[in-house]
Amino acid sequence: MLRLELRGEMSRSMIYWSPFFAVILTFIAGMIMFTILGVDPLKAIITFFIEPLNSLDGIAELFVKATPLVLIAIGLSFGFQANVWNIGAEGQLTIGALAGGGVALLFFNVDSPLLMPGMLIAGVLGGMAWAAIPAFLKTKFGTNEILTSLMLTYVGLLVLSYLIHGPWKDPEGQNFPESRLFHDAAIIPIILEETRLHFGWIIALFGVAIAWVVMTRHMIGFQIRVIGMAPMAASFAGFKEKHIIWLTLMISGGAAGLAGTIEVSGPVGQIIPVISPGYGFTAIIVAFLGRLHPVGCLFAGLLMALTYLGGDNAQIEMNLPNAVTGVFQGMLLFFLLASDVLVRYRVRFGAAKKVTAGEGA
Amino acid sequence: MPEWIVPALLTIITASTPLVFAAIGEIVVEKSGVLNLGIEGMMIVGAIFAFGVGVTTGSATLAILAGAIGGAAMAFLFGFLTLYLLSNQVATGLALTIFGLGFSALLGHGFVGKTFPGLPRLEIPFLSDIPFIGPLLFGHDILVYASVVAVALVTYMLTKTRTGLLIRAVGENHFAAHSIGYSVNKIRMACVLFGGAMAGLGGSYLSLAYTPLWVENMTAGRGWIALALVVFASWKAWRAFFGAYLFGGITIIQLHAQGFGVEIAPQFLAMLPYLATIVVLVLISSDSSRARLNAPACLGRSFHASG
Amino acid sequence: MTEEIPRLELEGITKAYPGVIANNNVSMKIMPGEIHALLGENGAGKSTLVKFIYGVQKADSGTLKWEGEEMIIPNPNAARKLGVGMVFQHFSLFDAMTVEENIAIGISKELASGDLNQRIRDVSQQYGLPLDPDRYVHTLSVGEKQRIEVVRCLLQDPKLLIMDEPTSVLTPQEVDELFVTLRALSEEGVSILYISHKLQEIKDLCHFATIMRMGEVVDDCIPAEESPRSMAEMMMGANLVSPEKPGKTEPGAPHLVVRDLSLASSHQHGVDLKNVSLEVRKGEVLGIAGIAGNGQMELMQVLSGEKLIDDPSAVSIGNEAVGKSGPKIRRNAGMGFVPEERLGHGAVPEMSLWENAFLSGSKSMNLMDKGFINIKGSVDYALNIVSEFNVKTPGVQHTANSLSGGNLQKFIFGREILQCPGVIVALQPTWGVDAGSAAFIRQSLLDLAANGAAVLVISQDLEELFEVSDRLSVICEGELSPPRPAEEFTVEEIGLLMAGLSHDHQDEKVAHA
Repeated sequence: MLRLELRGEMSRSMIYWSPFFAVILTFIAGMIMFTILGVDPLKAIITFFIEPLNSLDGIAELFVKATPLVLIAIGLSFGFQANVWNIGAEGQLTIGALAGGGVALLFFNVDSPLLMPGMLIAGVLGGMAWAAIPAFLKTKFGTNEILTSLMLTYVGLLVLSYLIHGPWKDPEGQNFPESRLFHDAAIIPIILEETRLHFGWIIALFGVAIAWVVMTRHMIGFQIRVIGMAPMAASFAGFKEKHIIWLTLMISGGAAGLAGTIEVSGPVGQIIPVISPGYGFTAIIVAFLGRLHPVGCLFAGLLMALTYLGGDNAQIEMNLPNAVTGVFQGMLLFFLLASDVLVRYRVRFGAAKKVTAGEGA
Repeated sequence: MPEWIVPALLTIITASTPLVFAAIGEIVVEKSGVLNLGIEGMMIVGAIFAFGVGVTTGSATLAILAGAIGGAAMAFLFGFLTLYLLSNQVATGLALTIFGLGFSALLGHGFVGKTFPGLPRLEIPFLSDIPFIGPLLFGHDILVYASVVAVALVTYMLTKTRTGLLIRAVGENHFAAHSIGYSVNKIRMACVLFGGAMAGLGGSYLSLAYTPLWVENMTAGRGWIALALVVFASWKAWRAFFGAYLFGGITIIQLHAQGFGVEIAPQFLAMLPYLATIVVLVLISSDSSRARLNAPACLGRSFHASG
Repeated sequence: MTEEIPRLELEGITKAYPGVIANNNVSMKIMPGEIHALLGENGAGKSTLVKFIYGVQKADSGTLKWEGEEMIIPNPNAARKLGVGMVFQHFSLFDAMTVEENIAIGISKELASGDLNQRIRDVSQQYGLPLDPDRYVHTLSVGEKQRIEVVRCLLQDPKLLIMDEPTSVLTPQEVDELFVTLRALSEEGVSILYISHKLQEIKDLCHFATIMRMGEVVDDCIPAEESPRSMAEMMMGANLVSPEKPGKTEPGAPHLVVRDLSLASSHQHGVDLKNVSLEVRKGEVLGIAGIAGNGQMELMQVLSGEKLIDDPSAVSIGNEAVGKSGPKIRRNAGMGFVPEERLGHGAVPEMSLWENAFLSGSKSMNLMDKGFINIKGSVDYALNIVSEFNVKTPGVQHTANSLSGGNLQKFIFGREILQCPGVIVALQPTWGVDAGSAAFIRQSLLDLAANGAAVLVISQDLEELFEVSDRLSVICEGELSPPRPAEEFTVEEIGLLMAGLSHDHQDEKVAHA
């Protein structure tokens, strides 16, 4: 019989160990799953997690996929630490991509070095604008941000669908629902020749560094953490909850919008019906796996990016359905949440239950 | 009376039934003090379980049963993590949704493109033949009737029975319930499983009756709308029933608007249910005194008997 | 008369939690009809022992005999079947339900069926515990809530009634009424296990007392033959040291002034503040007595700036009107606060001590540079608090929730006092704190006042208020009685004011404002 015993203090080492447990457990569960699917589990794991990385191109691709995940996840971490549950990053990414991409289409053929920064700023503002709706509703009416931000994701995706089926459809595109291809000044520069690795990765790394400083050394991060852990103590200290709600939603919305613009101006190069394969949702897992810590998000983002590459590779090599990626991501989060019990509780074996005889009386 | 009215009202019923199931289940879950945000995940798994079993066996009964089991199995995962491993309920609910969408897509891989004949209608002799009222009230499949019965039973159970009293008690003050001698987590687990089975039934209805085929992500946010309905209904089952029909109605307007010659891009019409959800949430939450009146005091808080 | 079989006999009960032995080899006997006191300080192990008797928790070892028969009580249902009833210190009630529902849920299914409503009325009539079964619990006073618990027990014809700190929330008059009921029950042969640390009550009520300290039974006595002081010394195992009031100094000018403050509570079950006016002068301690839930929380929030008022001059410090300013501005004006809830309000449980020191000291102790946290400065400040206020902790990197209640409270007081506030407001300063720490805290409040600060203490503990206060006032249903010198009050008079029964001073109040 296992029992849980509350630790007097959280275990700091377990905070960092638990993601590793989760990864190992996910591997084991994944192998069981592959066996059930009738696939050689070892081969599947290799195809999924090793093969994608055995070329320079593969590694570059890993960074490309990790860029939006890391950016969005560090943004979400701010909110999650303050118990502000923005789960509509996918929508903010979409609107950000439309804002940034819209600038590219508006200044089509304008060859200015200012275009790219302009697009990125527009992307940030677009994401912020979309996140401002739940922020406003929550601070003004107390409306639950989980539901509003999620509903707005569906709305955002429909806005995208409307624009590329209508006003923004490529006039020379044989009626495909896609925008025109961006011109060169609106494409984010490649930083490693012969690959798709682009400047967005550098932006993501900057994001990690800035977020780390703000989160651990600055009053802003301190306020966010206090509000999340003890809202009453925050009001005792005079921290204003509404400011923090706005701040964290602006940070997470802005980061998602930036990621969206980087997606359309980097790997894709135009606005297409599916801008993101669910980066906004996967980033939630990244944030938790990364312990809501910027550096953690960096590593977790790389791991999650690998599940995307692995899913693609497994589809090509072994004809496995792409949905395996989603299953892996979900399992990872489950196992992480389960392992986190060790942070607050100690697992004891039934020793303390010896008691007196005849327990069933 | 124009002749399109009856078919339109019938489609409202089919569009609303999945929401009724999911919302009623979640009301019981939340009354016990647990916030399960994973309805979407439980619904979609219920949908594919039901569809898979239905297509394979050809039996509607087995399909419905499988749908409920699928939802409950997912709920068990959630209950185990949140109640016994004390994980964060919000995060675990999100995980359930993400996992459910992936898992159902994996299971449904081989079922894309197949069809299910739909659920048989339970015609009631004579009654079904009454014009207007007959087809509207007496020509439905078993799940539509079941959803109405579920509303009545849950209302009765929560307000009039000792079981309901216990559920409300653990949701209201789990420490007190524990010190009086009730097993908080057992009661909560039972509620969570019930909620999962109901969400599974809602999902089954989607894949067996509403659009009898399998499409990835076919729940399209209905699980989240059901969550909003629970708030809208201030945790009262009969109100959730009306709320679900309101939303069903909005969905149907969206489908039929073009038939009436309304010149709006379909995307904007498709936004309606989501925008309506937001509007409803705002209306409810701005009247905070009412919203909080019925909210279970321990909603979303883990319970661990210590000290 | 043949030797009576004890109703309950415990032998060698031991229960260990990680790091603490809550009960060590505890043995005691309770006879039929006996009112038996279980006396001890907070943390002495009384609650653990009681939870064991009531089947909420299992012991590691030891035996329990019920009417001479050895048995194990696996859960509260079994305890109730035997005839054990319990009234909890923190009531096991459900606010959003009616009295009848609350009672139904706490008794067996069979008992709850039939005309429960009428039986509740009958029993409450019979024992002088008036109660309306159809009212919602959140509309009741604390005393009425306690009656629900008592009636719940009585409906089950208990043979042993356990009462955990039953009087901590009652007015002196309500206490008297409760004692009448308890004595009547005792006459009928019901045993009562009465848990308390209030010595006068035990002397008045109980036939026998078992005294616990640090998880062990250290002594027993017949309370009628002891003095409160002698029992206190048994309880603490040391001679009592009362805080000393430093030599009487003339209080200075009013420093914290509240004028005609009215505020509707935003909380559903909260209390509205009505025309509250008060002045705390430099160098004095003003005490506010009252039963919990009469507006103390609301008053604290208004004073600390967690709740703002439209009229800025309703609260002022010195000459500065701060009614509309938040906590930061009030701190800058020289206010310090100690809220009731240590974990989660006064301190962030999961943050380290140095971060908790930074929490309220960031500005006044200069621990911030352009928004960046001065970690070294914060750590030094925390170390300083720890050493000056005798906080027992292995280090300031440890989190607040790793400290005992008394140590954390000393840390919070230290954090506020070292910022040299001109005004300090403390709500329930020594609630749930061990006697040593409580004495230390009271002494530091007196010292602070002696150094010229205005000190406001809001407390339910009358002994504490008489010990520290120069002037006293009573809050009842959001109204404040006019403050008068503490030595002019008798306990009875305060009791009447606490119950809202005395309106003799209404005129005086007007004159005072």
